[in-house]
Amino acid sequence: MSILINKNTKVMTQGMTGKVGQFHTLHCKNYANGANCFVAGVTPGKAGQSYEGIPIFNSVMEASVQTGATVSVIYVPPPFAAAAIDEAVEAGLELVICITEGIPVHDMLRTRYKMQGKKTLLIGPNCPGLITPDEIKIGIMPGHIHRKGRIGVVSRSGTLTYEAVWQLSELGFGQSSCVGIGGDPINGMKHLSVMKLFNDDPDTDAVVMVGEIGGSDEEECARWIKSNMQKPVVGFIAGITAPLGKRMGHAGAIISGGQGGAEDKLAVMEECGIRITRNPAEMGKMMKHVLKG
Amino acid sequence: MKIHEYQAKEILRQYGVPTPRGSVCFSVDEAIAVAQQLGGPIWVVKAQIHAGGRGQGGGVKVVNSVQDVGTRAGEILGMQLVTHQTNANGQLVRRLLIEEGVQIAKEYYVGMVIDRSKQGVVLMASSEGGMEIEAVAAHSPEKIHKVWINPSSGLTDAEADAVAQRIGIPNAALAQARACLQGLYRAFVEKDAMLAEINPLVLTADQNLLALDAKINFDSNALFRHPEIVALRDLDEEDPAEVEASQFDLSYISLNGNIGCLVNGAGLAMATMDIIKLYGGMPANFLDVGGGASKEKVTEAFKLMLRNPNLRAILVNIFGGIMKCDVIAEGVVAAAREVHLKVPLVVRLEGTNVDLGKKILAESGLPIISAGDMADAAAKVVTAAKGA
Repeated sequence: MSILINKNTKVMTQGMTGKVGQFHTLHCKNYANGANCFVAGVTPGKAGQSYEGIPIFNSVMEASVQTGATVSVIYVPPPFAAAAIDEAVEAGLELVICITEGIPVHDMLRTRYKMQGKKTLLIGPNCPGLITPDEIKIGIMPGHIHRKGRIGVVSRSGTLTYEAVWQLSELGFGQSSCVGIGGDPINGMKHLSVMKLFNDDPDTDAVVMVGEIGGSDEEECARWIKSNMQKPVVGFIAGITAPLGKRMGHAGAIISGGQGGAEDKLAVMEECGIRITRNPAEMGKMMKHVLKG
Repeated sequence: MKIHEYQAKEILRQYGVPTPRGSVCFSVDEAIAVAQQLGGPIWVVKAQIHAGGRGQGGGVKVVNSVQDVGTRAGEILGMQLVTHQTNANGQLVRRLLIEEGVQIAKEYYVGMVIDRSKQGVVLMASSEGGMEIEAVAAHSPEKIHKVWINPSSGLTDAEADAVAQRIGIPNAALAQARACLQGLYRAFVEKDAMLAEINPLVLTADQNLLALDAKINFDSNALFRHPEIVALRDLDEEDPAEVEASQFDLSYISLNGNIGCLVNGAGLAMATMDIIKLYGGMPANFLDVGGGASKEKVTEAFKLMLRNPNLRAILVNIFGGIMKCDVIAEGVVAAAREVHLKVPLVVRLEGTNVDLGKKILAESGLPIISAGDMADAAAKVVTAAKGA
């Protein structure tokens, strides 16, 4: 088992004919069961063409009807990416993963508003995607650092997630699923919604939660964990040394109006029973300590 | 992206929000000319810098003669204005806003931001104008009224009127308040703002509303569709290192420490700063080289870090995913050669093609200190910075 995706998931790529879309679609197709999972691409005006044997359609609806794909991954450039999400939501897909970084915030506000009452789940934007090791990888993460196992990982970052995964794998802890929810201020699934899925997943024993400065996602998730989570959670927050009011690379990583600081987040997480570490080199070790100790 | 007060007021005027009459000036002569044009009996001389708290720092003066406009303009232009939002050296004042003075009966606060947890635009309004909204939130949160705006209907007449009444705007000025609030909202959405504040919004003695001060920050990701906003950028107000970094598509922020860091990915870059501090050092910068760092980008990144006179050591921390470690290693070696690196360099590589990357570093003949993991890297770079 895993959360959100598995070896039977059928995926389409929106923006597959661009350089980035092609590169990552190929890597995903070559990972584990990817050849059976990546069944369609969508680029308006390019129906009938194909890439690496994957047929291209004009619209998400067409791709979905023709191939049975229920999940989409988006590499469309920022000015058009929110519209790509809208199209996938309108077509009734189950899950949309938007990798694109740099989408205007007001575009995402409109898209999230339109998503109200719709069944589609959104991961991202500005995220690395998600992976269920040895089954399927949807996104830009390096597949080879992952091991199949029973630890869930949820994070707002890309490479910091890889760091956490690598530490776990080095210590012999494989992962059930790893989800990068992205670094934008307005996004789809939050730590909390992913945490709930891990809590319900019989094949996840514990979760590593990686956060960063900005917003209050981590605090909301921590409060839920305190009264509901039945599995141990290890937490790290990046940005203890970040200055106030500066956007630290990610659009959402900013301490503004005195809110969203790392120390505040860590304090709430600790108070809610999450085993926090302030040392990003010890996320894996902390998990080992929690599970063996 | 930030802009000046006079620019924000210009945008608000386009959306029907009234402001005092006034004009930007770059010299004392211009200030006097503008003052004469405006006519008396009261004028306000306002320093234009991007930081807030200008009044308390001595950058805003109310005067009652054209001669005093000239005197104050002469004092403020060229001063290093120190506020709680600048560093200790302050910010050089290069521009002034000369405005007509107004008779203030009452001050209010109105502002808009994006509420992340509710995923919408929120209007905040308060009877406590002229104070920072954070301060009001801290000691009298009940005085802040919020309206979450439905993007399909916008800020409705009923919502605008209700919030105006709650903050005590008299009925005689309700129609003006509605125009101000709805204008602010339209500007906020149409110009892709992240924050827009009128603080204070004042009621004048003759019952008119005016935006006495204004601040608008924009979403950098939306600038591609706003050349008119890009044109308002004032590079003098920004950190030169950060401006230069942005030209090379590097995400760079100057900090106070002496250990430079070059990292791929924003989260890992912050975590790298954090671990340097945890091991007793202080980071000199945040630097994310992004997902596709070429040799040229790495070289530019080195040059940027080396421009900092406090720099004592550099830590390169790369987790190669898409970016291969051997490519980064070649970039680091080339950059270190090109800039004739004099400070110790600690490199931690992990991920795709890591062995090849380490081999390239080892065979370069450069005195690169190799580190096994982040903790090892932090310990080594902190030691190196102390020894240098």
